[in-house]
Amino acid sequence: MNLSLKALSRGERVLLAGLVLLASFAGTFIHAGLAASRAEHTAAANRALTSRLALTDLALFTEARYTRHRSQADLHAAFQDHPGALEHFPTGSLAGPPPYRAPHAEQPVVPEAALPR
Amino acid sequence: MPNNPWFQRQRYLVDFTVGALARRKGRNLALLAVYALIVFVLASVLLFSQALRHEAAMLLSSAPEVTVQRMVAGRHDLVPAAYLDRLAKVRGVADGRGRLWGYYYDPSVAANYTLLVPMSDPPPPGKVRVGATLARTRGLGVGDVLSLRSHEGHPFPFTVDGTLSSESALLTADLVLVCEQDFRALFGIPAGLYTDLILTVRNPREVTKVAEKVLRTLPDTRPIVRDDILRTYAALFDWREGMVMVLLSGAVLAFIIFAWDKASGLSAEERREIGVLKAIGWETSDIMAMKLWEGLLVSVFAFLLGYLAAYLHVFGFGASLFGPVLKGWSVLYPQFELTPRVDGFQVFTLFFLSVFPYALATIVPVWRAAIADPDVVMRQ
Amino acid sequence: MIELVDVRKAFNQGQHNELWAVRGVTLRLEANCTTVLRGPSGSGKTTLLTLIGCLARPTSGRVRLRGRDVSGMTERFLTGLRRQTFGFVFQQFNLVRGLTVEENVMLPAYPLGVSRPELRRRAHNLLESLDLAPHAQARAEWLSGGQAQRAAIARALVNDPAVILADEPTANLDTDLSHRFLDIVRDLKRKGKTLIMTSHDPLLYQAPEVDRVIGLRDGHLD
Repeated sequence: MNLSLKALSRGERVLLAGLVLLASFAGTFIHAGLAASRAEHTAAANRALTSRLALTDLALFTEARYTRHRSQADLHAAFQDHPGALEHFPTGSLAGPPPYRAPHAEQPVVPEAALPR
Repeated sequence: MPNNPWFQRQRYLVDFTVGALARRKGRNLALLAVYALIVFVLASVLLFSQALRHEAAMLLSSAPEVTVQRMVAGRHDLVPAAYLDRLAKVRGVADGRGRLWGYYYDPSVAANYTLLVPMSDPPPPGKVRVGATLARTRGLGVGDVLSLRSHEGHPFPFTVDGTLSSESALLTADLVLVCEQDFRALFGIPAGLYTDLILTVRNPREVTKVAEKVLRTLPDTRPIVRDDILRTYAALFDWREGMVMVLLSGAVLAFIIFAWDKASGLSAEERREIGVLKAIGWETSDIMAMKLWEGLLVSVFAFLLGYLAAYLHVFGFGASLFGPVLKGWSVLYPQFELTPRVDGFQVFTLFFLSVFPYALATIVPVWRAAIADPDVVMRQ
Repeated sequence: MIELVDVRKAFNQGQHNELWAVRGVTLRLEANCTTVLRGPSGSGKTTLLTLIGCLARPTSGRVRLRGRDVSGMTERFLTGLRRQTFGFVFQQFNLVRGLTVEENVMLPAYPLGVSRPELRRRAHNLLESLDLAPHAQARAEWLSGGQAQRAAIARALVNDPAVILADEPTANLDTDLSHRFLDIVRDLKRKGKTLIMTSHDPLLYQAPEVDRVIGLRDGHLD
C-alpha cells in the first residue's frame, strides 16, 4: 500500500485527520493518568497538611468571610467588610465587583460610608 | 483488511461525502467551527468542574472527621474547653482537640486573612508562617514584618518565619499560622475557650452515630461531619457548573435549532442527487451509509476538535476564559495548577449528546427521500 | 430480453391531479438491438423508459427481464439487478457537482467495493475511449454539454451493463455533437450492447444505427 499523502483520496485524507484527532483524544486520557500519578507526591503532601492544620475548606473563596469556610458556621453575614464580594447565590455570582474593589486596583479602598446604600 | 470490499466501500462513501461537503466549503467549515465552539465551551466547563471537584474531594478527604461548633441563640460561638472532657466520654470518640482560628481583615489590601493555630509544630511566639498567595500579595518574605492590629487596636508586629509551599495554595493561600499564645493575645480570647472542636472517631463507619451522640450530649452544638464538607463542595461546583450551563443553554439551543435545520432540511439538489445515485445503482442502504458518514464526520470532528481545545484550555491555559465564574474571584486568589482529570462517563455523555442527535438529524430525512422510487430524476 | 405485458403507470393515483402516463403497453425488446422510443413530449416515453430500466414499478402489468418477473422483487434485489443490467444516461446528464469527472464515472461502482486501482483503471479506459482522459481530474460542472454527455455515458458503462438507456440523448446537443453521439452508439452496438433511447429528434430515430423505432402517443403504442 502506498503511504504517501498524495496517493490518498480526499476522503482518505479526511479519515486520516480523524484518526489523528482520535489518537489525540485517547492521548488526553493517557496524559491525565500520567499527570495524576506525577501529582501524587504533591497530593500526599497536601493531604498531610490538611490533616496537620485541621483544615475544613479550600482557600478558593477568600473574598469575604462568609464565603471563606463554606462548610463552617454562619456568624457571617454578606457585605460585612467587602461590599463587592461575590455571593455564592444567583444574584451576586455572575456580576463582577465594582472597579475600585477589583483586585490590584490602583486606588485605595473606598471607606464603607462612601458606598451607595 | 484495507482491501476488503466492505472497507473499500466505506472509503468510497467517505470520498463521496467529503466531495459533497466540499461543494459548500465555507458554509460547512463555518458550521464545523460553531459546532466545535459549542463543544469546546461545554467540555471546558465539564473538565474544569470535574478537576476542581476531584481536587476538593482529594484534599478534604483528610479533613477532620467531625467538627463541633457551639451555637448560642443560633449563632456560632466560642466553645469552652470543658466540652472536650464531656465529648471524650462519648462512645466511639478516639480523640478530641480544640481548634483556634479566625479572620483578620486587612484594609491595606482589602483582603481577609485566615489566622490559624496549627495542631502541631506551631511557629514560635512573635513569628508567623504565611500562605504563598498572601506573601505574594503583601510582598512578604522570610524575615519581613507583618503588623496586625490587636483587638484593642494596638499594633501587633509579627516576623515572617516561613511561607507555605505554593503547591498547597489551594488550601493555604490566605493562611497566617500563629502560635496559640499570640492568637489569644491578638484576638483577646481567654484561655479555656476554643473556636471549635475536632474529633477523631474510632470506627470511620460510625461517624454519623457519633455525631448524633455528640448532639445528645451537648445540645447547644452543631457537629459537621467530613462527608458533609465533601458534599458541600461537590454541590458548590455542581451549582456553579449548572449556572454556567444555564447561561450557555440559550446558545446551545440556538445552535441545535440551526444544526437540526441544516442537517435535516434536504435541498432540492440533494433530493435529486439521491435520485441519481439510486438510478445508477446505489441501494437505499448505501445512501444512508453515505449520509451517516456525513453526519458522523461533521459531528465527530466537531466533538474531537472542541474537546481537545477544551482540554488544552483547561489544563494548558488554566481555563483562562471562564475560570473566574467557576472558581470565584478574590484578592487573595490562589494560583494553582489543576491536575488533569477526565471522567470517562462524562466525556462519553458529551460525546453522545454532541454526535448522536446530529447524525440522526442527517439520516432521518434521507431515509424518506431514499426509499422513494428513483425515477423522480427523470421527471423534471 | 425485456418484455412488458399490459403495463400501466399512474402518477398521484387517487388524487385530483391523477395522471396516467402509460396506458397498457405490451412490448418485447430484443438483446443487441438499438431501439428508439419516439413520441412528442408528454407521450409517456420517458416513463416507459423508467419502467424498462426498473427505475419505477408499473402500477399494473408485468415487466420481465430475461424471463424473470421483476415487478414483485424487493427493492434491494431490484437495485442489484439494475446495477448489473442497466446503465443510464439522463437528459440533463445529472453528473454530481463537486466531484471530478473520474469520480463521477467511478460512482456506480462505489457500493460494490471494487479495489481503487482496478476501478480507476476501468474509469481511465472508458474516459480514454470517449476522448475525455485529459478532463479526468476536472470538476464535473466545468464540462461543456458534449463532454458532460460523454462523461455520463462513461458513468453508465463503468459496471459493464448489457443495456444502455438514454433519455433524449441529443436534446442538448448541436448537430455535430449529435453525429458524434451516433458514432458512440455504433461503437457500443459493435461491443454487443443493447441500446434503448427516447427521442423526438429525427436525426436520431432516422439514423442507420437504429434498428427499431417504437412510436408512442398518449401512453399508447402507435
